[in-house]
Amino acid sequence: MSDVADIAAFQRHARPGLLLLWPGLFLVVFFLVPFGMMLATSFYHRIEGGFFEPAFELDNYARLLSPFFGKVLGFSLLISSLAAACTIAIGFPFTYFLTRLRRPAQVRWLVFILAVLSLSEVIIGFTWSSLLSRTAGLSNILVWVGLMESPQAWFPSFQAVLIGLVYIGLPYSVLVLYPALSRLDRQLPEASRMLGASPFQTFFRITVPIVRNALVTCFIMVFVFDLGSYLLPQVLGRPEHWTLSVQITDQALFQANIPFAAALAIFLMLVTIGLVILTVVVGRRRAGA
Amino acid sequence: MSALLRNLLLAAVGLFLALPLIVVAGISVNQGQQLLFPPKGFSLSWYLDVFAASDWRNALQNSLFIAVCSATLSVSIALPLAYVVWHRGGGIARALFAVGLAPFTLPPVISALGFLVFWINAGGYGQMYATIISHSIFLVTLPLVTIALGFESIDRQLIEAARTMGATDRKLFATVVLPLIRPYLISGFAFAFVLSLNEYIIAYMVSGFTVETLPIKIFNALRYGYTPIMAAVSVIFVLVAVIVFSLIARFGDLPKLMGAWSGDT
Amino acid sequence: MTGLHIDGVSKSYGEIHAVKNVTIDVPQGQFICLLGPSGCGKTTLLRMIAGLEEASAGRIVLDGEDLTRVPAHRRNFGMVFQSLALFPHLSVGENIAYSLTLRGVGRDERRRRAEELLELVRLPGVAARPISQLSGGQRQRVAIARALAFHPRLFLLDEPLSALDAKLREAMQVELRQLQQRLGISTIVVTHDQREAMTMADVVVIMKDGEVQQAAPPIEIYRRPANSFVADFIGLSNILAAEAAGFDAVTLGGRRFRVDALPAGTVSGSKLLVSVRPEDVHLLPEGEERENSLPAEVTFVRDLGASVEFTLRAGETELLATVSPREHPGFVVGDRVLAQLPAAACVVLAS
Repeated sequence: MSDVADIAAFQRHARPGLLLLWPGLFLVVFFLVPFGMMLATSFYHRIEGGFFEPAFELDNYARLLSPFFGKVLGFSLLISSLAAACTIAIGFPFTYFLTRLRRPAQVRWLVFILAVLSLSEVIIGFTWSSLLSRTAGLSNILVWVGLMESPQAWFPSFQAVLIGLVYIGLPYSVLVLYPALSRLDRQLPEASRMLGASPFQTFFRITVPIVRNALVTCFIMVFVFDLGSYLLPQVLGRPEHWTLSVQITDQALFQANIPFAAALAIFLMLVTIGLVILTVVVGRRRAGA
Repeated sequence: MSALLRNLLLAAVGLFLALPLIVVAGISVNQGQQLLFPPKGFSLSWYLDVFAASDWRNALQNSLFIAVCSATLSVSIALPLAYVVWHRGGGIARALFAVGLAPFTLPPVISALGFLVFWINAGGYGQMYATIISHSIFLVTLPLVTIALGFESIDRQLIEAARTMGATDRKLFATVVLPLIRPYLISGFAFAFVLSLNEYIIAYMVSGFTVETLPIKIFNALRYGYTPIMAAVSVIFVLVAVIVFSLIARFGDLPKLMGAWSGDT
Repeated sequence: MTGLHIDGVSKSYGEIHAVKNVTIDVPQGQFICLLGPSGCGKTTLLRMIAGLEEASAGRIVLDGEDLTRVPAHRRNFGMVFQSLALFPHLSVGENIAYSLTLRGVGRDERRRRAEELLELVRLPGVAARPISQLSGGQRQRVAIARALAFHPRLFLLDEPLSALDAKLREAMQVELRQLQQRLGISTIVVTHDQREAMTMADVVVIMKDGEVQQAAPPIEIYRRPANSFVADFIGLSNILAAEAAGFDAVTLGGRRFRVDALPAGTVSGSKLLVSVRPEDVHLLPEGEERENSLPAEVTFVRDLGASVEFTLRAGETELLATVSPREHPGFVVGDRVLAQLPAAACVVLAS
């Protein structure tokens, strides 16, 4: 009897090391190492023609602090936070109602949302540029209905970029808010109503405060998500609307300045990590209260 | 009254989300070369071109191959990791788990650049396997989270019952654990597959000039000239995603997979 | 007309009829229990009274005022939910005073009233605490206090004690009843626990499949069950197949039994069901022929400490007899006995 127990114990101890080898190897070699390299590259010296040689110079980071990139950063933060706010304003009530539907309807909506979520930015950029174009866009419908004189192109513009960002953020916000809202005790809003609160009062006095954590988390995550949009500002906006992520791709692929792109990327990563830590801290603090 | 409000909001958002899809579907059946909406004439020829035109078919094959390989690789990384975290926990396992969550939380453009630099130095730049590996790392978060959720949902009492009947760890895994988490394995694979199919920036940075996937081809076409084939491809992508997720919903518990407690509604 | 009048209320979900044409009267100040197995429609009925569900048909009238179309938040009914539904982000005092905040009551008055209510439910001084720090029993009391804060016209409770352990439950049943009597408020409690209903209620309404089976004071339900379902649901009962024989007797197991009363218009020879409570079955040694008795064999004896249960077999029929330990007749398994069923204890059931 004790032999069996010993063998089992031995198996238990021998196992973890072996099993973790494969994922450990993969994650370290193909994730941590690339990031280490990228960090190093941000200090490298750029050579004309697209390559770089090992060096240690802070030129790239200094360039970050120039007024031009300062403006890019400021704009990126502005439009991302604006888009995130709009996304939540729409996505929150939407997800709330979604979680109150009967199961078959809910599943149908979830499939639809997931399908939209999986679309690449390229396709979304393409479809929205079509939608907002002169020849094939929404304005044609308005002309056909009689609300407009002649079709117009509604992009490139700030509004177009904003709409695009809200579009990609919306399914993502549903994904983030769904667990919290579906787990919300149905009887809490009912109790509020029995105590005399109208549905409107119930929503703002009870529902919103209870899911406040999830809302804050969602805002931050959508904000980061929008910050990372590399194509929509480029396709739907003018050069003044190009965000940090667009600049990264531009520098890396078209300006052939990889060290600088790396510096931009490191910077963006630090901002992202900072915000994620903020999310975790807020979440932990609220959960403890 | 609030039911009316609710339905109105749902319909409005649904329309907003579907609008580009509707327009693109319309463009894809346009008879002429131009991108027109409402479409003039009706023709499914663009859909056939996706398979007929060799460059598009090539891109399609590349995309499918990369998606299958990277999704498989992702799951093969996620499964043992999630298993060890659930079975034993421990500092190393949890640390690796956190590393596994990282790729997806960062904007893809950052990961793309990281992979670019890595493969330039490692020599795989421009090779398909580099894209596959990069995708598998970038997308590992999804199977990881899904499978972890699957493990979490296993009733501990089932494990204990099997143990009292004499099951070893390996037997336990094969006969009890694996069947229970299978739906999560499948949906993790499906998520990664669909996202790899659609993924653009990493594929582009790592091997975009030599290996052309469908999203890359679309982007190039965007820059150099439109044809309705792009619209047809977009519609196909949407259909693939809908089919995959519908299958998951059909054979699994989709709300639960997304975080709801089972048995609600 | 004072009190609550539920008039022909029904609720259907497509093909499913959860509540079928229910009519109940609750006079002012009375405590009634809706009792029945799960799925019988009792909770649906309560929710319709509360206004959380819309009735498919019928009216809900309180003191002459038709409330059927009035939304829940304007009905002024206090309700305690099964999950208690205490607001996690508010303190105990804030939970209790929530209804007062909505009605524009000032802060000092709210605080005073919250303390007053906490005294009422015997939980003084916890107003500042967060909900998470309370025990199950304490949360229960806070939920009750919250529901009563605005002097509601009706007090509704949905399985309020189901989350409590047995001992606490017993104590709360008594407390709830006493509280209700003190306030004189009309109260409706939904429960599946018959003991709870028998303890607290003035009137018990037994429901099955959306219909009312019987609505009467607890003792009447026990002694004069309307049909076999009620007889079976409340306490233990022997339900015996018999045939009508004359207007005050039945034939049971080949023998003639006098019964209390037969329903009017019963045809001689028609099949009936007779309900006899185990504690009314009198056991005698074999041999002494008595009126209203059946020869039987003891097949199982169970001594429960507070009572002794005898399982008997008479031909095809199985009978249960319960005696108190003091009156233990000393029979053991295998003994042949005479089971006497007094006429007054034989209740002929409608169906």
